Amino acid sequence: MELLLDSLFNGVAIGSVLLVAALGLAIVFGLMGVINLAHGELMMLGAYTTYVTQLIFKLPILKPYYNSYIIVSIFLAFIVSGVVGILLEKTIIRKLYGSPLETLLATWGVSLILQQFVRSVPLAYGTGLVISLLIGLFLPTTFPSKIKESINFKYFKFSSWIFAALTGVLTGSLISSSVSKLSRASARNVDVTAPSWMRGQVEIIGTAFPKTRLMIIVITLISVIAITLFLNQSAWGMRIRAVTQNRQMSDCLGISTEKVDIITFGIGSGLAGVAGVAVSLLGSVGPNVGGNYIVGCFMVVVLGGVGNLLGTVLASFGIGIMTDLIGAGRLLSIWPDMPLPLSNTINFFATTSMARVMIFALIVLFLQFKPTGLFPQKGRMVEN
Amino acid sequence: MRISRRILAGLATASLAVTATSCGGGGTSGSFDDTVTVGILHSLSGTMAISESTLVDTEKMAIEEINAAGGVTVGGKSYKIEYIVEDGASDWPTFAEKSKKLIDQDGVPVVFGGWTSASRKAMLPVYESKDAFLYYPIQYEAQECSNNIFYTGATPNQQSEPATDFMYKRSPAAGGDFFLVGSDYVFPRTSNTITKAQVKQLGGKVVGEDYLPLGNTEVAPIISKIKKALPEGGIIINTLNGDQNVAFFKQIQDAGITPSSGYYVMNYSIAEEEISTIGPEFLEGHYGAWNYMMSIDTPASKKFAASFKKRWGADRVVADPQESAYNMVYLWKQAVEDAGTFDDNAVREALVGQKFDAPQGPVEVMPNHHLSQTVRIGQINAEGGFTILEETGVVLPQAWNQKHPSSKGFACDWTDPSKGEKYKL
Repeated sequence: MELLLDSLFNGVAIGSVLLVAALGLAIVFGLMGVINLAHGELMMLGAYTTYVTQLIFKLPILKPYYNSYIIVSIFLAFIVSGVVGILLEKTIIRKLYGSPLETLLATWGVSLILQQFVRSVPLAYGTGLVISLLIGLFLPTTFPSKIKESINFKYFKFSSWIFAALTGVLTGSLISSSVSKLSRASARNVDVTAPSWMRGQVEIIGTAFPKTRLMIIVITLISVIAITLFLNQSAWGMRIRAVTQNRQMSDCLGISTEKVDIITFGIGSGLAGVAGVAVSLLGSVGPNVGGNYIVGCFMVVVLGGVGNLLGTVLASFGIGIMTDLIGAGRLLSIWPDMPLPLSNTINFFATTSMARVMIFALIVLFLQFKPTGLFPQKGRMVEN
Repeated sequence: MRISRRILAGLATASLAVTATSCGGGGTSGSFDDTVTVGILHSLSGTMAISESTLVDTEKMAIEEINAAGGVTVGGKSYKIEYIVEDGASDWPTFAEKSKKLIDQDGVPVVFGGWTSASRKAMLPVYESKDAFLYYPIQYEAQECSNNIFYTGATPNQQSEPATDFMYKRSPAAGGDFFLVGSDYVFPRTSNTITKAQVKQLGGKVVGEDYLPLGNTEVAPIISKIKKALPEGGIIINTLNGDQNVAFFKQIQDAGITPSSGYYVMNYSIAEEEISTIGPEFLEGHYGAWNYMMSIDTPASKKFAASFKKRWGADRVVADPQESAYNMVYLWKQAVEDAGTFDDNAVREALVGQKFDAPQGPVEVMPNHHLSQTVRIGQINAEGGFTILEETGVVLPQAWNQKHPSSKGFACDWTDPSKGEKYKL
C-alpha cells in the first residue's frame, strides 16, 4: 500500500511538472496551431521573475511578507510572460499564421534572443523593460471610449508609450540601486530558495511527501481548473473555441479574431510563466532552463492529442507514472520473484537515462497506431 | 617556420622557433627585452562559461603576477608574457579548431585550456599531430597519458580514492552502504567504476547507481531508488555536473535525505564556486574532496585567495580548478627558464621534476605529466566553505588507475623512451 502510494505520488509529481509546463503549449500549439519554440524561454522568464520577486521581498519594507513571495510571484510570472507573449504575437507571430515552418524558425530565433537577453541585460533593467511594455500595451486600452474614438488617439497612445518608457527606466534604476544582485548582467545560474514553510516534508497516511512537490501539484491543479473554466464557461473562452473550430465563420459572426489571438497567446504564454515558477522550485534558474523542458512539452501535447486539454492532462500523468515505474524499477518490488530474463530486462531499464529511452520508444510505438494521440480532435475542422 | 599574422607581436613571440627571438623587434614595453604570447582557450560562452571563465581570470592573474615580477627570463633576456584568449564556446569541435588557430596562426609556444573531458579529447589529436603542448588544469578521470598534454588536476587516486576510503572508514556513516549518482558522461562512469572496485576491496557494498542525462533535472526516480536502497541512511557518492547538483540537493533535502537522517553525500565536482551557487543551506554537513580548498590556513593559500579577490572583486572565491590553473602557468614559466628556450620539446623535458610551492602546498611534476598533490577531505559548513577534516601527505598521480580493471598494472613514463604512454609495471 505504502509502495503504491509512494509510486503514485512520484508519478503524479513528475507528471505535474510536465503538465504545468505543457499546459500553455497545449493552448498555443493545440488551439492556435502555433509551434512556439520560445515556449521554454517564456518559462525561463517566469523562473527569473520568481528570482527577482524573491530578492525584492528581501528588501526591508517587504521583509515581513517574505514568506508569501512565492504566491505573489505566480501572479507576476503570469503577467510578465503573458506580456512578452503578447508582444511576440503582435510583432512576429501574427504575420506568420498558417505557415508553421516559418513560425518554427522565427520562434526559435526569439528563444535565442530571450536567452541572450537575460545573459547580457541586468535583471533590474529587464524588469523595467517589462513594466514599460505592460504600461505601453495596456494603458491605452483603459482610456474612456470617447478618447479612443477621437482622431487624436494616436497622440494619446504615443504619449502613453513615453510615460511607459519613463516609468520603466525609473523602476529599473530604483531596483538596480536597491538590490545590488540585480544591477549587474550575469550569465550565471541563480537560485530560488523556497520560503521556510515550503521546505521539508508533510506526513500523509504514514508516508512523507516533499512540500515543494505538493506545491507544484497544487499550482498545476489550480492552473488546469482555471483554464478549463475559462475555456468552457466564460464568453471569451467560447469565442476562443469558436475561432479554433472555424476562423472565417467566427470572423463573419463578428468575433474579433485578432483579439482572440492575442488573448489566447497571452494566456498560453502566461501559463508558461507559471510553469517557470514551478520549475524554479526544483532546480536552478538559468538562461537554458526552458530548453530542458521544451521537448517534453511537445511530447505531452502530441501524445495527448493536439487541441485537447484532457488528453494533455492524461498524457503528462501517464508519462510521469511510467517514468517512475520504469526508472525506479518499481515492478521488481511489486513482483519480486519474476523470471530471471524479465527481471534483468527491467533492471537494465531501471536507470534514469534508460527510462527516458524506453518512454520515448513507447511513445513512438503508440503514435504508430494512433498518430493523432490519445484524444484526437473530433468534428469538422475547416483547416483540414 | 611559420610567419604569424600579427606581425609585430608574432615576430617577438618567436612562435615555435628560438631563432626568431633574436630578430624580435616591436612589442616590447617597459623594462622587458621582448614579449612572448601564450594561448588561453576556455569557454567564454555557452553552458560551461560560468566555470571556465574563472580559469581565464586566474590564468590572467598568474600572468600579470609573473610580469610584475620581471617576466620570464630566457637566455639572459626578460620576456613579458602576453596572451591571446580564445573562446571554446562550450562546443568541443570549436576547441580543436581554436587550438589549430592558436598553434598555426598565432604560433603560441603553449596553450592553457580546457575543462570538460570531452573538450580535452577533442583537442588531443590536434596537439599530438602538431607536436604542440596543452596544459590542462582540471581534476579528471585519468586513463589517458599524452606526451603533448600536461595535466595539473587530480587523477582519481588523488581525489576519489582517498575520499571513498574516508567515507567507508572514518565518516559518520562509516561501514554503510554506497549509492553512486552521476551525470551521464565519461567522468562519472569511469570514476564510479573505480569506486565500485575500491568499495569491493574495502569490503563494503554498492547498493545502487544511477546516471542523470545531461540537462535533465528530474531527480524523483533517483530519490525513490536511494530511499529503497538505503532505508536507514548511508553514503552517497555524487559526480553530478553543474546545475544538476542544484536540482539534486534541493530535492533530496525536501525528501528528507539529509546528514541529520544519516545520509552523507561525498562530492567530487562541488568546490567553493559551486557551493555559493547551490546555496550552503542545501549542502551543509556533506563532504567534498579536493587538492586545494580556500580554507587552507597557510600564507601561500591566503595570499592566493587575497590576490584573486583584489584583482577580480571581493565577492569572488577561489577553488581547486583555479589553483590548478594558477600552478600550471608558474610551472610553465619555471620550465621555460630551466630549458632556456620556448621550444616546447625542450620545455617538455625541463618540465618533469619541476617543483612549485603552490597554494595547496608543494607540488612536483612527475614523469607521467601529472602532478604530485596533497589530498584534502572537507565538510561543507554554513559559511559556504570547507572545514578541512583530513589531509594526506603528497600523493603520486596514477595516469592509469590501479583499481580500474582495464588499466590495472599499467603506468606511464615519458622520460624513458622505452616506457612511454602505457607500459606494464
